[in-house]
Amino acid sequence: MSLLSVRDLSVGYGPVRALAGVNLELAEGAITAVLGANGAGKTTLLRTVNGLLRPSSGSVRLAGREITTLPVEDVVRHGVAHVPEGRGVITELTVAENLRLGGLWRRDPADLRVAMREVYQLFEPLALSRDRPAGTLSGGERQMLALGRALVSRPRLLMLDEPSLGLASRITTELMTVVRRLRAELGMTVLLVEQNARSALSIADQAVVLNVGRVVADQPAAVLAADDTLRHSYLGF
Amino acid sequence: MLRFLNLTLGGIGTGAVYAAVALALVLIWRSTRIVNFAQGGMMMISTFVAWSVIGRTGSFWLGLAAALLAGLILGAVVERLVIRPVESAPALNAVIVTLGLLVFLQALAGIIWGGEPRSFPPAFGIVGFKIGDTRLLFSPSDLFAVLAVLGLMILLGLLFQRTSIGLQMRAAAFAPEISRVLGVRVGRTLTLGWALAALVGALAGVLVAPASFVSPNAFDEILVFGFTAAVLGGLDSPPGAVVGGLILGLLLSYLAGYAGSDVVTLGALAILVAVLLIRPNGLFARPAGRRI
Repeated sequence: MSLLSVRDLSVGYGPVRALAGVNLELAEGAITAVLGANGAGKTTLLRTVNGLLRPSSGSVRLAGREITTLPVEDVVRHGVAHVPEGRGVITELTVAENLRLGGLWRRDPADLRVAMREVYQLFEPLALSRDRPAGTLSGGERQMLALGRALVSRPRLLMLDEPSLGLASRITTELMTVVRRLRAELGMTVLLVEQNARSALSIADQAVVLNVGRVVADQPAAVLAADDTLRHSYLGF
Repeated sequence: MLRFLNLTLGGIGTGAVYAAVALALVLIWRSTRIVNFAQGGMMMISTFVAWSVIGRTGSFWLGLAAALLAGLILGAVVERLVIRPVESAPALNAVIVTLGLLVFLQALAGIIWGGEPRSFPPAFGIVGFKIGDTRLLFSPSDLFAVLAVLGLMILLGLLFQRTSIGLQMRAAAFAPEISRVLGVRVGRTLTLGWALAALVGALAGVLVAPASFVSPNAFDEILVFGFTAAVLGGLDSPPGAVVGGLILGLLLSYLAGYAGSDVVTLGALAILVAVLLIRPNGLFARPAGRRI
């Protein structure tokens, strides 16, 4: 059963078409990787799903419910957490404040405290610097914070935009391990956008390849990883 | 020595009011990047409301409450109706709109309350405290002004630092899009920010009115001083605005006392220009954080 269903989605920036008739079904409890070169439309896809962008046509459904035209504040309230490109931690606020912010809309202070404790257990460096401004964190710690902040909202769908960007490969591996654990232990549905196809394919169940706004492949990750032609032409490895 | 003490106390008294006006400007600037030139007009309206209520009821405190309430409502209404449409437009649009709003409010006040200056009663006596046989130029009314501004600032500080609403307001000011992605209703925090700013302005208006009287453009000058104080404090920092207000109050008080009161406005202008030339990010600018 699919949690997120994207039908015939087209998005344009003025005359420029960023997505052209994209179809996508996200299986519940699976990690789906969206791969493709710079400018393929990956970030546009995430921003449209979460309501930051309005599509020119097509629809987005979450668990059967139409969310295409909802503003982002309301999409969040349906359980979609988005870790934006470049982490999006608020550097002027402390680590704890950033985390709290992720779960405020749920209006459940008791569970928010529990959720924050869980994040501190998951990412020890964050627990050690709760009261420091997020601007003092390293790139890897910021990514942990951005991911932790999304988890605090206890999402049904977790969307990650280029989490490996600018990180050392050891830290990327660590993060990918955490994402895999989230799927295995909590059954979380993950939409993972990556340019770094190799690391994304290592944890994904399903892989979708975008090329200039169109889906050119939608296959189990293992099948795609074994397809030399596709890898060479679109993923560059 | 007594003269210096008097000038210092007087400076703190007026500085508290400048601090409140500066804070009103800073609260709006940091969340919307708009310098609210209509702040003086909004203050004037809420002060006239207080004047009317005091005239009817004879109670200063009811008047103060009415002014604060009028400020809250006016701030929220202005943000929703006037500012919201130009929020995403080029910055100059908002500047023109706030100037237009100032003219509108002044004209409106002229229609309702007339153009002549009205006297406004102080909360407490305006005769200075006595130490031994010398009478200080610092009255119970001045003390009330300082304490009221200080109290409001502490309340605002607690609101911003200790509550969920405050956290959301700060987040929305620093990173509006990220905040929306996290579920913060940024539009509402902006409305609340304008309402609170106008509330602070309303307090400043009631505190300064006994000295300046109330008329449609009674607060033009204090807006300039408040803006100078805000720039002194960096325009982006609420504590900076408060300190900037006090510093400006002291500087102008010494200037008036030692150089003559007719150079005060010129002095404020000189300070404004000097700060913009030497420390454009304010006296307390911190080095920017790491950008990764």
